[in-house]
Amino acid sequence: MSKPELKEDKMLEVQFVGDDDVLNHILDREGGAKLKKERAQLLVNAKKIIKKPEYDLEEDDQEVLKDQNYVEVLGQDIQGSLKNGSATDGGNKVYSFQNRKHSEKMAKLASELAKTPRKSVSFNLKNDPEIMINIPQCSKGHPASDKVQLKNNDKGEFLSTTPRGLRKRLMVPRSHSDSESEYSASNSEDDEGVAQECEEDANEVILRPKSQAQNRVVSAPVCKETPSKKMKRDKTSDLVEEYFEAHSSSKVLTSDRTLQKLKRPKLDQQTLRNLLSKVAPSFSAELKQLNQQYEQLFHKWMLQLHLGFNIVLYGLGSKRDLLERFRTSMLQDSVHVVINGFFPGISVKSILNSITQEVLDHTGTFHSVLDQLDWITNKFKEDSSLELFLLIHNLDSQMLRGDKSQQIIGQLSSLQNIYLIASIDHLNAPLMWDHAKQSLYNWLWYETTTYSPYTEETSYENSLLVKQSGSLPLSSLTHVLRSLTPNARGIFRLLSKYQLDNQESPSYAGLSFQDFYQQCREAFLVNSDLTLRAQLTEFRDHKLIRTKKGADGVEYLLIPVDSGTLTDFLEKEEEES
Amino acid sequence: MATSSVSKGCFVFKPNFKKRKISVPIEDYFNKGKDESEDSKLRFETYHLIWQQMKSETQRLQEELNKNLFDSLIEFLQKSHSGFQKNSKDWGSQIKLREIPTAALVLGVNVTDHDLTFRSLTEALQSHVTPYVVSLQSKDCPDVKHFLQKLVSQLMDCCVDVESKEEESAQKKTHCSMDSLSSWYTNVTQKTDPKMPRKKRTSSQWQSPPVVLILKDMESFTTKVLQDFIIISSQHLHEFPLILIFGIATSPIIIHRLLPHAVSSLLCIELFQSLSCKEHLTTVLDKLLLTTQFPFKLSEKVLQILTNIFLYHDFSIQNFIKGLQLSLLEHFYSQPLSVLCCSLPEAKRRIHSLSDNQCENIRRLPSFRRYVEKQASEKQVALLTDERFLKEEAQSLLENLYVYHTNYFLVLRCLHQFTSSLPKYPLGRQIRELYCTCLEKNIWDSEEYASALQLLRMLAKDELMTILEKCFKVFKSSSEKQLGSTAKKIEELLAQFQSLDEAKEEEDTSGSHSKGLQKTDLYHLQKSLLEMKELRRTSKKQTKFEVLREKVVNFIDSLVREYLLPPETQPLHEAVYFSAAHTLREHLNAAPRVALHTALNNPYYYLKNEALKSEEGCIPNVAPDICIAYKLHLECSRLINLVDWSEFIRGTPTTAWLPSSAMSAPGIRTSEPRAAEKRNVRT
Repeated sequence: MSKPELKEDKMLEVQFVGDDDVLNHILDREGGAKLKKERAQLLVNAKKIIKKPEYDLEEDDQEVLKDQNYVEVLGQDIQGSLKNGSATDGGNKVYSFQNRKHSEKMAKLASELAKTPRKSVSFNLKNDPEIMINIPQCSKGHPASDKVQLKNNDKGEFLSTTPRGLRKRLMVPRSHSDSESEYSASNSEDDEGVAQECEEDANEVILRPKSQAQNRVVSAPVCKETPSKKMKRDKTSDLVEEYFEAHSSSKVLTSDRTLQKLKRPKLDQQTLRNLLSKVAPSFSAELKQLNQQYEQLFHKWMLQLHLGFNIVLYGLGSKRDLLERFRTSMLQDSVHVVINGFFPGISVKSILNSITQEVLDHTGTFHSVLDQLDWITNKFKEDSSLELFLLIHNLDSQMLRGDKSQQIIGQLSSLQNIYLIASIDHLNAPLMWDHAKQSLYNWLWYETTTYSPYTEETSYENSLLVKQSGSLPLSSLTHVLRSLTPNARGIFRLLSKYQLDNQESPSYAGLSFQDFYQQCREAFLVNSDLTLRAQLTEFRDHKLIRTKKGADGVEYLLIPVDSGTLTDFLEKEEEES
Repeated sequence: MATSSVSKGCFVFKPNFKKRKISVPIEDYFNKGKDESEDSKLRFETYHLIWQQMKSETQRLQEELNKNLFDSLIEFLQKSHSGFQKNSKDWGSQIKLREIPTAALVLGVNVTDHDLTFRSLTEALQSHVTPYVVSLQSKDCPDVKHFLQKLVSQLMDCCVDVESKEEESAQKKTHCSMDSLSSWYTNVTQKTDPKMPRKKRTSSQWQSPPVVLILKDMESFTTKVLQDFIIISSQHLHEFPLILIFGIATSPIIIHRLLPHAVSSLLCIELFQSLSCKEHLTTVLDKLLLTTQFPFKLSEKVLQILTNIFLYHDFSIQNFIKGLQLSLLEHFYSQPLSVLCCSLPEAKRRIHSLSDNQCENIRRLPSFRRYVEKQASEKQVALLTDERFLKEEAQSLLENLYVYHTNYFLVLRCLHQFTSSLPKYPLGRQIRELYCTCLEKNIWDSEEYASALQLLRMLAKDELMTILEKCFKVFKSSSEKQLGSTAKKIEELLAQFQSLDEAKEEEDTSGSHSKGLQKTDLYHLQKSLLEMKELRRTSKKQTKFEVLREKVVNFIDSLVREYLLPPETQPLHEAVYFSAAHTLREHLNAAPRVALHTALNNPYYYLKNEALKSEEGCIPNVAPDICIAYKLHLECSRLINLVDWSEFIRGTPTTAWLPSSAMSAPGIRTSEPRAAEKRNVRT
């Protein structure tokens, strides 16, 4: 090792690496291979210095070379592969931190759309550059933005429907384009000033620094090619400040509009389903083609299943229909078990039970799941003519993803004459399997992206748009209350008001009986402890209230209805009385 | 649908009993998959044959590699048990009797392969040492009670006859203690004495065979269980001769970390190291791929992927073999000409019976087309029109391919001998790395090769000679005529080196006189040194050794250039080389994350519709709703409000935005994909 080189390396150690360089390193993998190589060499040099006398630095060298090799092969292959995701820029997008690089594009779209009502001309998608220029200008000028507001106000219907989020987005591109185009401190101050004005205009509380910080973070990678050193320095200091700004703001203001506030009654399951079925999926021809591609694999799957592999399907979209088609076309003449992993009550026990009881016609019971597994294993080993296909939809479901369940299913699937074909959907599903389990499963992976909706899979979960039959809806509340005496109604109103007043506090456990009694007396609603109790019993019978024993033994009263419904109910009561 | 219900999640489908009997043979799936099922039956049979051969070969290799380890283990067991056998009274052996003989087996991190090793170990022990071999896994033994229960039940299973089974199962349930175990042991050993001739003599060569307990994954046992068990069993050692075998994946220090000194002093530990998995891989590659025994070959990319999965993911030979199996299957499944991928005489026979269609397939091969273009024009015509001529030509080409492979591997090994000892290993230390480079391109064009030659030119004589001797052995081992002359050449070179020894001494004496430098001043010294340097450069006079060395290097270089051509240059190589690396990668080392990401961000990739084409990072209006929802989610994940979304979409003109969302219920549209998406793309 020559001396000058040594010096150089020492200099390297103290060299300051700018944040944007680091950013480049993290974000920019387009030139990834090259960059990596350089880094790797640096690393090697450093190592050489440290252990110069030893001879094993060659090994290090070798390892680094191998690493590079691996990275290259990885890259090549993803590119070369026809199926495994385009990922032209390696995995950086997939594995990066939340990527806000292109957020302005969506915002642009939003602003385009927002512009249309103002112009009240059916807009053309093609002239968006022009629009882009327009927006900052007109919203920067104070009067102009006022006008916008006014106009919006005129078009009352639009204002009512424009969500706050959209308006926010309207502001985002403006500030963003400013900071991006000139990018100087003075300008950003200016920008901030304007922003403040706008804030007043809009009468909206927007957490300014927060959104700006976000923008800056976004724009940093965009401008990273600019070589100017001064700018870099600016940026690094900016970045530091922004970092703290972004992290100091503890609260993010989000829109507080809720579905309850919509003057739209909730649908029941059936109507929702009908409505959705009316919507034809887009690109049906392409989707059909995709599905046909997958169907051509059915024979291959059968072959590979018979040769000792098991098959796992992954990719966006429900794979249930595909597996169902596989089942009906290939498995009609063989014994098979379909397991809906997404079924909330599924368990390994029930899977094993259905195998022992229904497939193997065994009537006895077992001490434990492991015993049962042993029994099944023996049975299948003894009789080689037995064959069983297991189709598991969503092997990664909440109920089956546990370590024990996976171990047992894996052991089942490792049997010679049990064939497993499963689908997974969760992003991190492969983490379920360690090496031991993977070798049990002996997977072959198949990508089947279908884009079909997870209708059946989600049918066990509650949708926000569907009326929850479990909770007490408004209509039944009013219905019951109407049949009560005015005093009883008053009691209930009292309780609900108290609950609404206290809904903010997280420690609110309910109204204690004594306090409630006191309040009721003061409002001349009851005359004795007993009457109140009788009244409460009636409420309880109608499931209007719930009682809870607190830690101190005091009885607390609660209305098991969400606050939105309760508010609505109170409003209605006000109207009526 | 028949498979959805609100009350159950498992649905069993049993066809009629009569129907079930007619099971479809596996070959049928092989045929039906492809439309043009050319020779598919034959292909499947060939696949099966080759795979069986490969499998048995790997098993044989495995046994061979394990043999050493097992032998030493068995020796250890016998030696340690003999102490118990003698029952001697002297003090030293009595102390020793309190210690449980323990073999710590360091197996490495490739956990998946351990099972296989343990299975064969159990078999080996059962046939050579003792019938009482029990292996336990940590997950069966959460506490000492379970530990003993498992131990007892396995012990009883492994040696006791059927008649007493009832009694044992009763015992199993009641109580398992070391006392009952040792009484059982004395019982059994006495019982077997009269029955001796019934059993194999080897297995009961002692009166009281030891009980071997294998703990497969020592690291994951609870320390408490291990400690207790060791303490208890050491108390009973004099009547219950236990020998422990620990399977260790990390390092032997773990024993002392898991067990306190008081416990570990009860053990008499001996360490055994299994073969490293890298060496194992090298042997497997050597015997399966770098040989003409199996006609099937892997292309560079495929080999790279398989070795990378091995080196960077699991260190598992099992998985490597699985990858090999898959590539074999894929090759025979997808390449109609793979029917020719069999032994040479068989392939020649098969060429005769090739159909017209298959002949057409041959003509379509890129390598064959290249070959045809090089031929004279009349031969070209004949090759492209005359089936008979084509078949004959193909036969000779296949033969050439076979010869090419024989020479290739010989020269490759030879080159590996040369390069594997060079400093810095410019061409890799393992033969697989060298093989990959050679498969990829003309190796002599690479920089590494040039630097390797450079280094070879600096080798000392004895190094060079040992290498040459090794090469000579390589060539000698084959009986091929083509390279017989090469072996002779190497022999000659070796002889020349030997004769150099005598000549060298003379040279030494003649060259020594110039060394005597007189005492001079600095100026003169510099001057004379410069002169000497000049002289050395201009004269270029080489010693005999240097000349010879140059000769050797040139010789090996010429060998490489002649024989180590990449397989793409060979006509008909497609028949035996599997090159679809991406399918292999897709199926073995899939990236679900990438797939999801692509599907959401770039729907055009899957739905080939021009409308979906968009620039990087932007999502077109018409994309499936879930993609748009995902994009929005990425952008402002914390600011999402479903109401706002739905209202927003309702408020915008539907003609341009989301044409798919119907006018009737546009608000609902967004939430549904969102709900679905939330299920899957939880970040």
